[in-house]
This record gives sequence, C-alpha cells and structure tokens, in this order.
Amino acid sequence: MLDYGLFTFASKDEVLEKSSTYWNPGKTRFWVDSGVPLVIDRREGYFLYDVSGRRLIDVHLNGGTYNLGHRNPEVVAALKQAMDHFDIGNHHFPSLARTALAEALIASAPKGMSKVIYGSGGGEAIDIALKTARHATGKRRIVSIVKAYHGHTGLAVGTGDDRFAKLFLADRPEEFTHVPFNDLAAMESALRARDVAAVIMETIPATYGFPLPAPGYLEGVKRLCETYDALYIADEVQTGLMRTGELWAITKHGITPDIMVTGKGISGGLYPIAAVLVSERCAGWLTEDGFAHMATFGGAELGCVAAMKTLEICNRPQTRSIVHHASDLIGRGLERIRADHPGWFTGIRQNGLVIGLEFDHPEGAKHVMRQLYDNGVWAIFSTLDPRVLQYKPGILIDPSLAEEMLDRTAHAIARAAKEVHR
Amino acid sequence: MSGQTATAGNGLLERARWASRAFARYDRATVDRIVAAVARTAADNATRYAEWAVRETGFGVAEHKALKNVACSTGLAEAYAGHDYVSPRTDAAEKIMSIPRPAGVVFALTPSTNPVATVYFKILLSLMTRNAIIISPHPMAKECCSDAARTLAEAAVAAGAPDGVVQVIEEPELPLVEAMMASPLVDVVVATGGTPVVRAAYRSGNPALGVGPGNVPVLVDRSADLESAARLIVDSKSFDNSILCTNESVLIAEDAVADRLVSLMRGAHLLSGPDRDRVRDALFPGGTFDTRFVGKDATWIAERAGVRVPPGTRVLLAPIDLAVPEEPLAHEKLCPVLGLLRVPSARSGIDAARAVLRITGAGHSAAIHSTDPRTIMEFGAAVPVLRISVNAGNSLGSSGVHTNLPISMTIGTGYVGGSSAGANLQPGDLVDWTRVAYHVDAPFGDFAGLDPWSPPDGPVPRYPEPSNARRTSAAAPGMPSGDPGAGPSGAGSSGTAQDTLRDEIRRLILEELASLVRS
Repeated sequence: MLDYGLFTFASKDEVLEKSSTYWNPGKTRFWVDSGVPLVIDRREGYFLYDVSGRRLIDVHLNGGTYNLGHRNPEVVAALKQAMDHFDIGNHHFPSLARTALAEALIASAPKGMSKVIYGSGGGEAIDIALKTARHATGKRRIVSIVKAYHGHTGLAVGTGDDRFAKLFLADRPEEFTHVPFNDLAAMESALRARDVAAVIMETIPATYGFPLPAPGYLEGVKRLCETYDALYIADEVQTGLMRTGELWAITKHGITPDIMVTGKGISGGLYPIAAVLVSERCAGWLTEDGFAHMATFGGAELGCVAAMKTLEICNRPQTRSIVHHASDLIGRGLERIRADHPGWFTGIRQNGLVIGLEFDHPEGAKHVMRQLYDNGVWAIFSTLDPRVLQYKPGILIDPSLAEEMLDRTAHAIARAAKEVHR
Repeated sequence: MSGQTATAGNGLLERARWASRAFARYDRATVDRIVAAVARTAADNATRYAEWAVRETGFGVAEHKALKNVACSTGLAEAYAGHDYVSPRTDAAEKIMSIPRPAGVVFALTPSTNPVATVYFKILLSLMTRNAIIISPHPMAKECCSDAARTLAEAAVAAGAPDGVVQVIEEPELPLVEAMMASPLVDVVVATGGTPVVRAAYRSGNPALGVGPGNVPVLVDRSADLESAARLIVDSKSFDNSILCTNESVLIAEDAVADRLVSLMRGAHLLSGPDRDRVRDALFPGGTFDTRFVGKDATWIAERAGVRVPPGTRVLLAPIDLAVPEEPLAHEKLCPVLGLLRVPSARSGIDAARAVLRITGAGHSAAIHSTDPRTIMEFGAAVPVLRISVNAGNSLGSSGVHTNLPISMTIGTGYVGGSSAGANLQPGDLVDWTRVAYHVDAPFGDFAGLDPWSPPDGPVPRYPEPSNARRTSAAAPGMPSGDPGAGPSGAGSSGTAQDTLRDEIRRLILEELASLVRS
C-alpha cells in the first residue's frame, strides 16, 4: 500500500495504470517501454527513491532544477519561514520579495543588466524575453539554432525544433529563423537583412546534447548582433547558477547579453519561478506600460524567497570551489572510462558540471540510460540527439558520491556496450 | 557520504572534503614547499597580527605575541624540517610497510588568549600532514584570526595547495559551530579553549583532540640556582601578561630559600596581607574570576585593585596559606598575579603542587627549579601532569619554545586531564598509518624508489575550461602518461609547450572568426 494521507494507491502497478488513464498515456508508456518504470517517492539530496524503495543517484536534476539537491535544507528552511508571512502575493503591486530578489539578481548579473521581469516558468520567461526584444527593436524576426530548445509556450516553441511546434500548428517560419549551430556564416546570412529583433542562444544547447560552442563562436555571434543591430538573448536556464564554475556561463565568454533568462534551478526545486534580466535599452516597455505583460503567479513572493536563498548558495565561494573540484575529478574519471571504450564511448562534452557523453550509436544514450537506471543512477538521453547522454551532477556533490557515481557509470557503460554488441 | 547536501556550515565542509581528497595525494617535495611558503608568510605578518590580536581582544603584550607567532610559523617549520609525514616507510626486518593517511578534514577551535599563534600552529600542522583545515576562531578574536587564516590560505594556494585547504568561519556563532563539529564531514576536532569548548568537542560524536585547562605549580627547592629561578619565573609570569595556559599560577618555595628568592625576583611586587586581599577581591568578585583581568599587565591590575606598586612592576606576588578550592588565588589566573606558598621541605612542596592540581589543571603542566635529580624525579612521579619544565620558565618551557618538547599551542592533558591527547599536539597527531604487513615467512617486497604520491599537474582543481578549448585529451588507449585522465601522476608532459600550442591555436581561430565577421 502506498499511503500518503491525502491519497493512496494499492501498488505501483495501480499508479502506472491510473497515470495512463487520467494523466498522460504517451509519457507513461514511454518510460515503461524504455526500461525506466520510475515513480519517484522519497527524494533527498542527490538521491531519488522509486516507490519500490530503490535508490537512484540523480544526475539529471531536471536540467539543473535540483542543482542544490532535492529539498535542500537551507532552501526548505527559508521557504518554511517565509510561509509564516508571505503567499504568492499580488502581482499588480510593488512587492517586498520581488524587489529584493530583483536587486540581488542584478547585483549577481553580468554588467549592463538593469531590470528584472518575472515569469512563473522558463517558457513564459523566454516569451517575455522575445516580446521585450521585439518592443525594443521594433522588429519581429527571431533567430535561433537548429535543434534549439527554449520551452513550449507561444513564442518560445517557435524558436525550437519543429517536433514540438508542428503538432500544435504553432510553427511560424516567417517569424522564426533557424540556423545551424557553430556556423557563423549562416548566422551572418540570417542577420544581414537587419530585420532580426534578437538572436536567442542557450550558452550550451542542452536538449541538443550539450554541443559546445566552438571557441569564439558565441563571441562572433555577439559581434554579428552588434553589426546588424539585433539583440543577444542569453538563455541561461540550464547553464546558469554556477553549473559551469561561474555563476553565469555567458561571463566565461566575456559576453554582455542584452537580455538574460534564468529559470529551473533558480526555484531551488521547491517553488516555480523564472526571471528575465534586461539591459536599460530593453527595459522601455516597463515604463511605457508596466502592465503590458502580467501573470498572477509570475514572481510569486514565495518563489522569490526560494530564489534568493538559492542565488545566495550558488554564489558562495565554497560552491564555486566545489564545482571546480568536482568537474576536475569527474572529467578525469570520465576520460578514463572513455579510454576503455574507444569506438563506443566516443566523446565527452564538458564545461564545468554541464556534461554530455557521446556514444557511437543512433540511440546510444538510451541504452546507457537504461543500464545506469539498472545500476542506481538516473541520467537522461538528449531528446534532440539520443546519441548523447546528459550527465549533470549536483553542484554541491561530495567526493565520495562523485566516486560512487563514476564507478556505477563505468559499469553501466560497459554493459551498454555489450548490449549494442561492441 | 550520505548524498545529503548543506549539512552545516554553508558548504565549507564540503569544500574542505574536496580539498583534503586532492591534498592527500600530494608528494613530499610539494608539501615541503607549501609549508615553507606558508610559514614564511605567517612570520612576515607576525607583528601585524600580534598587534591586531591585542587591539581586538585587549589581552596580552604585542611584542610577546609576535614572538609566539614567529615560533608558531618559521619556528615550527624549522623544528619539523627533517620530519616526513608524507612518504611511505618500510621496515624490512619486521616486513611491514607503513603508508601515511591524513586525518582528512580538521575542524580547529582556536582561543581568544593565543589567537593568531594557535591559528598559525594548527594550519601549519595540517599542511605538514596534508589535511584540510577549517578554523573556528573564538568570537572575541574573529577578525584577526579570520584575516590571518585567509592570508595563510592564499599563501598555501599560491604555493600549489588545493583550493579550499584552509578555510575559516567568519561568523563563529555557537549553534553553527556545534552543528559543524558534529558533522559526518569532519574527521577530527582539535579543540583549544576553555573547558566548555573542549567538552563540546568530545560530545560532538567525532574523534576529538581536546585539552583541559592549566593551573601551573612551580616548586623552587633549596638546591635551586635562585638567581636564575627568580629571573625565569618573573619573565615567564609576565610573558604576554600570563596569557599562555602554561604560565605559572602558584609559586611554591622551600622556606629555607623563600625570602632570598622573593628578594631576587626583580619586577615582582610582594603584596602585604591587606593588599593581597584587595587584589583577591578585585580578581575574584564573589569567588569567580573576572575575565576583564585576563592578559592585563600588573600595574593596571594593581590600580584596579586600589594597590600602590612601584613603577616597572611586572608581577604581583600574593602570599597564600594553603592550596585549597576556597582560596581563589590558588586557581588558574590568566594574568600576572602569582600565588606564593611557603613550605617547610621539598617533600611538602610536592604535596602542595598536588593540592594546586586537585583544584584544576590536572594533566597539564608544572615546573621545578632544582639541581637535585632525586627531588626532580619524585616531583615528576607524584605531580599529576604530563610535562614538567625544569629550570625553565613554564610559559615557554612546556609549550616547547625554551625546552625540546614539541612546540605547541595545544597541550594534551591526557586521561588524568579528561583528554584523549597526552602530549603537546604535533603533526603526527593528525595522520594515521596504514600498516602493510607480510606473512612472517613470506619474502618482503622491494619498495625502493616507489612513491604513491605525485606533484599536482597544475592548479588544483584545474579551471573548468570547456573541453573543446582544453588541450587535446590524450586519453586514447596506448597513449603514454601526460594525459589529463591519468590523474596527478601524469605530470610528465611539458605543460608550457602545450599551453603555447593552445594559445597559438586560439589565436588562429580568433583571427579566422574576426575575418569572417568583417567580410
């Protein structure tokens, strides 16, 4: 019996059956068919527990949502305390928590950021960023990369892969141009007509399997934006918050974006919130018509509290040091594993604790994902490039857990190699 | 570990774990270089921090603190220069090889009385033994201690130590300190301070090296060189205004020589009965020591007590009749007030020393001025302490500066003093040894020329450059070492040549991009 007070299920099978009936049959079936019949029960630190009691090390962390671990005690404490005083708040009015978080975000951000606009999730935040760029430039066209992923909301979905847009008749090729990644010439052709409001770029495209920008590529894109009067929107939803060893990955490229988006991890994994940081040049609509974008839950005050604590933890020198140590150890460990499997484990894409593992098989990462799951690690394949496994250890990981994770990973990769007959 | 996050201490402990993991693989030459560099930096700043400590705490004498800071930096480094806590040792006769294993993460509580000297001391001991250390300073001395710890941390990293190997708690509030002490991420607590601090360390559930308080009896018998004893006792009692826990508390003089001894104690002022009572009332209002007097000089104390003393008075000599608990002047006094007890014989002097230590200070230290080996041995056998300075001032005698005891700011009081540590804390206390023992009949291995440790191949950790911007990974099979995947041992490749190559490649790429943008 799975008894949670407010609701009960007789068994895991009953959960799966009702999940299919009442919730999402496609997703429910997909995971069962993939050999990952996970129904998450307890969660703590970097561990997840299936309702069967099985423990998994979480190396997916939902794109960094659980950067600080599940139910991080410091964020939980801050949120509990806040709940004695705050609620979601009233989005129409100036607010204590929204103002405090905005000030903290601007203080943490690359130079030139001046104001903060809140959303209730990353997709909405991307929509805000795109609308802001259009208002600031008076232009409509948005450029993103082929296989980009910036969310599923109205405008965001147009920047991404057709898979998620065409199904809902939401593709708008006349407004959204997709160019190949790491191709400055293609970028320049897209911008040359000077009709582009903004280029939107994840600093490392996550859902595409973390292909790394070639040295100089992002810097080149930024220069092209300046040349052709387009804005540069840095999507730091997955790469921000110390994941690459600096608070915002874009600063490692020395780029000052015009607009920067944060989401996922900023919630502390506990209260949904997302934020758009804009330069003064882009902030005009906030004065012209401050009510032009509204969301009841955008910048919910409890979310602001969770975000403030999260931002403070991420920005500690200790956290930065841990990320540097961990990415060094894990990088070296993965190199050793790779050396044992030439021709199968073909590449490591790493920037800090943003890591993609490439396998020489069209669905290689799905095999490795399943073997990892069987061996106590949860990591997910890249939706838009299933050769690549997303491997995102927590930013507060300790050395023992990192070593255990590597041991399990080595074993799973070897097993997966046998499975695909290598 | 549990996989739990943010146990206590805002990530300091996790950072220390990473640093200690990396440091534990360092080779001896690198460790020696780090220790020397940090000791030098500490000594260079000895006077500045001595003055700062006096300014912040109001305790002691800057000049004396500077001396202790030097003793606990370059002094310490020199004292242990020949020691090796890093390399494996082999004993072919016993067929045992021993490999040092650092404790890991040292959580160090430091006192207000000897603040910076203790910070220096514990940091250097940790570095000598490849441990990471977190300093938890006494709140009264947190500014100077934090700054000193940061200065040494920077020096350590600049000399090649792993990032995070020395850290400090900037705001050492009690609940935080207690939670950190009890964390499973701590390997050993080293507690120097008052009894409550030491007890808390033992309660933490982690292995702890805590030491109890002192209350030092010093016996001068008829065989002593009185001239020398008088000078040494006054110097020691006035050193840093008696702030060291090794300072003399009660002078026990054999009647036959007592008058002459007192007359030779230049700078010591013998209090009359009424003046003694005034000093006692001032120091111990209601029977409890008033901590305002800690580390203050003798004239300041006399003035507060309403007693007139000659200029240049360094020690107040307070005659007492009996060393018993209800006599406040027989208790520990961290200020230059010295109890004076006359005894008919050396034998009764030994009994008096035992009486002083029954009040407090068992296991700590005592001193004797004598030239009679029989008395000295009897004193040593009967008096329940674990170190005795002979014909030396005890402040710097039992702390190893003026004797050949290990130089230490942490004095183990042993089982008799409620402590697991019985010696002066020294580097060896922070390292365990793995014993690799062969079957008695099996031939012993030849380990000559083997070393499991290696120097780091660059900053530790290396900066997280994107993998496509790093030097080409050489992890492909069959590649010789020099590959970054082979761990610290792969330091063979010429980093500078590779760096130059990388810079050149970067320059070419950037040029190409620039021309693209221009077109």
